[in-house]
Amino acid sequence: MPAALFDIRELTKIYRMGEVEVHALRQVNLTLDEGQFIVLLGPSGSGKSTLLNIIGGLDVPTSGRVFYRGSELTQADEAELTAYRRQHVGFVFQFYNLIPSLTATENVALVTEISDRPMAPDDALRLVQLDQRGAHFPAQLSGGEQQRVAIARAIAKQPAVLLCDEPTGALDISTGIIVLEALASVNAELGTTTVVITHNAAIAQMADSVIRLADGQVTSVEARTAKLAPRELSW
Amino acid sequence: MRVSSLNRKLIRDLLNMKGQVLAIGMVVAAGVSMYVMYLSNFASLQRTRASYYNQQRFGDVFASLKRAPLRVADEIANLPNVSAIEVRVVVNVTLDLEQLDEPASGRLISIPSDRRPRVNDLFLRRGRWIEPGRPDEVLASEGFVVAHGLNPGDRVPAVINGRLRRLTIVGVALSPEFIYSIRPGELVPDDKRFGIFWMDRQALAAAYDMEGGFNDVVLALSPGVAPDETIARIDRILEPYGGLGAIPRALQLSHWTIENELNQLQSFGFLLPLIFLMVAAFILNVALTRALALQRPQIASLKALGYANLAIGWHYLKWALVIGAIGIVIGIAAGAWLGSAIIGLYNEFFRFPVLLFSVPFEVIVGASALTLAAAAAGAFSAVRRAVRVPPAEAMRPEAPTRYRRSVLETPFISRHLGTAGRMVLRNVTRHPLRAAASVFGIGFAVAILMIGFVFTDAIERLIETQFWIAERQDVTVQFVEPRSESARFALARLPGVVAVEPQRSVAARVRSGHRERYLAITGVPLDPRFKRIVDQDGRAIRMPPSGVVLSKTLADVLEVGVGSDVRLEVLEGTRPVRDVMVTGVVDDMLGLSVYMDKGALHRMMREDDVASGALLMLDTAQESEASHALKVLPVVAGAAFRRAVLQSFRDTMAANMNLTIFINLIFASVIAFGVVYNAARVSLSERSRELASLRVLGFTRAEISLILLGELAALTIAALPVGALFGYGLSAAIVQTVQSEVYRFPLYVSSRAVAWAFLGIIGAALVSGLIVRRRLDTLDLVAVLKVRE
Repeated sequence: MPAALFDIRELTKIYRMGEVEVHALRQVNLTLDEGQFIVLLGPSGSGKSTLLNIIGGLDVPTSGRVFYRGSELTQADEAELTAYRRQHVGFVFQFYNLIPSLTATENVALVTEISDRPMAPDDALRLVQLDQRGAHFPAQLSGGEQQRVAIARAIAKQPAVLLCDEPTGALDISTGIIVLEALASVNAELGTTTVVITHNAAIAQMADSVIRLADGQVTSVEARTAKLAPRELSW
Repeated sequence: MRVSSLNRKLIRDLLNMKGQVLAIGMVVAAGVSMYVMYLSNFASLQRTRASYYNQQRFGDVFASLKRAPLRVADEIANLPNVSAIEVRVVVNVTLDLEQLDEPASGRLISIPSDRRPRVNDLFLRRGRWIEPGRPDEVLASEGFVVAHGLNPGDRVPAVINGRLRRLTIVGVALSPEFIYSIRPGELVPDDKRFGIFWMDRQALAAAYDMEGGFNDVVLALSPGVAPDETIARIDRILEPYGGLGAIPRALQLSHWTIENELNQLQSFGFLLPLIFLMVAAFILNVALTRALALQRPQIASLKALGYANLAIGWHYLKWALVIGAIGIVIGIAAGAWLGSAIIGLYNEFFRFPVLLFSVPFEVIVGASALTLAAAAAGAFSAVRRAVRVPPAEAMRPEAPTRYRRSVLETPFISRHLGTAGRMVLRNVTRHPLRAAASVFGIGFAVAILMIGFVFTDAIERLIETQFWIAERQDVTVQFVEPRSESARFALARLPGVVAVEPQRSVAARVRSGHRERYLAITGVPLDPRFKRIVDQDGRAIRMPPSGVVLSKTLADVLEVGVGSDVRLEVLEGTRPVRDVMVTGVVDDMLGLSVYMDKGALHRMMREDDVASGALLMLDTAQESEASHALKVLPVVAGAAFRRAVLQSFRDTMAANMNLTIFINLIFASVIAFGVVYNAARVSLSERSRELASLRVLGFTRAEISLILLGELAALTIAALPVGALFGYGLSAAIVQTVQSEVYRFPLYVSSRAVAWAFLGIIGAALVSGLIVRRRLDTLDLVAVLKVRE
């Protein structure tokens, strides 16, 4: 039985958009286990990104509690959340969010400079097979390459968890597969717990665990044993 | 040294917006260079003066008198706190220079031939000290020698006590007493027509019947002693000998003038840079707000990566500080260069042995601190707003600004605005604060440019009032001694003289309580023909039959007004003392004056028609004959020709003002360019998507340029009246600052000044608009639309 990395209880998030209230999460209960490759599936507006932002320490819930390795994230203040993100969490975004004025290596170094036990930026780039492209600026890289730099940047700090929000959303199939391979190999080689948000159900086939959300609630949690390699996915 | 990734980002981001960085940096640099220029000049002058005073033992108390025997000198020397004393013979003479039509003036001052003076020692630039037993040897002031290209060995003809003597220059000297030397009755120093000559005591005393006596005394006090008590004692000692009142160093003409100049330098050195730095902070704020809005996703990424708010805030604050630092470096270099160029101008007015320019360390520190503080203050709100955004929210693009119909869009205006016009109007009213900041910024540029023109106008106005309305004579003649008014008939017989008006003025101390000034009381005839009392607006004022009329500045110094009494202590003749009512105050422009009805003045002096000088009107065709005749008239101590006085005034002022206007023009252009260019770049970066969309829809380049440049034009036009207002206020503030007892500039803003300022700014705005327009022409339609914002 793997240990729980995240323990989520009664998590609710309400946004106020002008005069309307949007219930992004409604009393979500969930545990995420250490070392797993987890896929969060659901349509737009189902609350996946909100959930990811909250467990990543980017956002705070309206009510409910989140425990990370037994300590309560929802009690943490701004500085503690920053330290948490700095040491434990790696983020990969749909639109890569690389700093355009920094090269691939420097984008990775941005993280290694502030973490406790980072890997060398070149090693991180080698993991995503981009060690030859380190001197290139984001504008000189393809979308898939940019996303792999973002993954290298996220894992260079050797985080406990890698949170990916639609990492292939902006990519075509073949590039998407290369990115997913990078994620799978990080999960396999470093044992980093990986949470991937997607609305592409095919990706679920490479997961250890698939969680489905709809309208701010968890509708199913599925543990899988027969994982497929990214190349075998049928899109 | 390894540069951190965040600092690399800083450098590259700044390089990427280098146009804006440079534009803002230049505005900062303009402020810094003003600060450095003025305050370094201030410090350089002050330091130079202090060491000069110290080395040449400049006196603490000065007194003139009619004549006292030498034993009186011992009496003064024995006063408590007097550490050194030098008694002298000082006389004014006419110089008969071949190279000048009109007579020049000289001041002869006695020095010992066998030793250096104990007080007010001379700095010998060239040649040698005078030798005993050679009565015609003199040391000449450097200004005079340079102006005439003279050398040791050359001779100067001077009318000494009615006799023409040829003085031999053996040395060229400078004195701390005459750093600023001006001929009585003139506005600016004129080294061609006024020279100081130091001559052997025996020789000078013999010529003026001063053997065994003296008519001038300078003394040094023990360090740290206030002069008031000594002055009172000296006045009592010298009173029986025709003492004209002892004055402290603070009122000594040369010292007092430099002091006034230094005060002005110091207040300018603070006021002007402050304005520039405020404008720079303004546009830095606008530029950074926009730049940071574009950085939202990056800020979010940095937060997600675990960078703390403080680190991110510091990173963006560094943007501003780097821009400030660029401005500091350029500004200090430019300020040092300008300062060293301008300090040369002071050599026109002030004579120092050496006038070395240096930029003191405190000035650099002060400029840097002030600039970095202004940059940080300008950036603060923009950075705080950006950093405060919660990380998850920053991942989404900034919500589109809510547009609404502007309040200005009344149905009438609406109908006459095209689509472009409507977009311009809505865009301006959407960011009212930013639009206001741009308008203020450009307005300041207008104001700074205006100041230069306002001051040229002010000087013209001063000339007009002083030389054509107040003093309408062609020549002002000063007699050696007061004499009977019948001397007018002798003057009237000179060739070319059309009319003569005798003048009477007496030296006096004017007092109210403990406040006092030494000056001349001028007698005003019932119906003055040439010299009238005129205020700043050129209105002549009628002299009341009783009482005195004071310059407003004098009334302020004495703290009196119409109806108050002042005490007049006359320092000539029978030395009458009278309490007289102030019956008028005139807001005049030059010096401190006391006017009295001429008849009343004669009655107070218990004299008949006595004149101390005369005002002449000439037939201009015979001007040179008149001046030749005046030169050799023994009763004439000096004659000032309006034409010559005006010429030298204009020359000096023109050199001065042209440089000032040129500097202002550059600085104003820098501001105008900086503000307009930044406003344009900010609009462009905000709206490149919108403008590209319009291009895709089929709008031409000209049409989209109209939208962008139309906004700039609207801001510039709105800024013109605001700038005129600022310019007026700023001119008024500066006129107030330069008010001194020496001169007051009238505040007079002509439409010419305003028009030139407007034209200058419109030009600068056009240039920056065109530069930005070139970017519009190269707008990459497809790429712009693809980029997700």
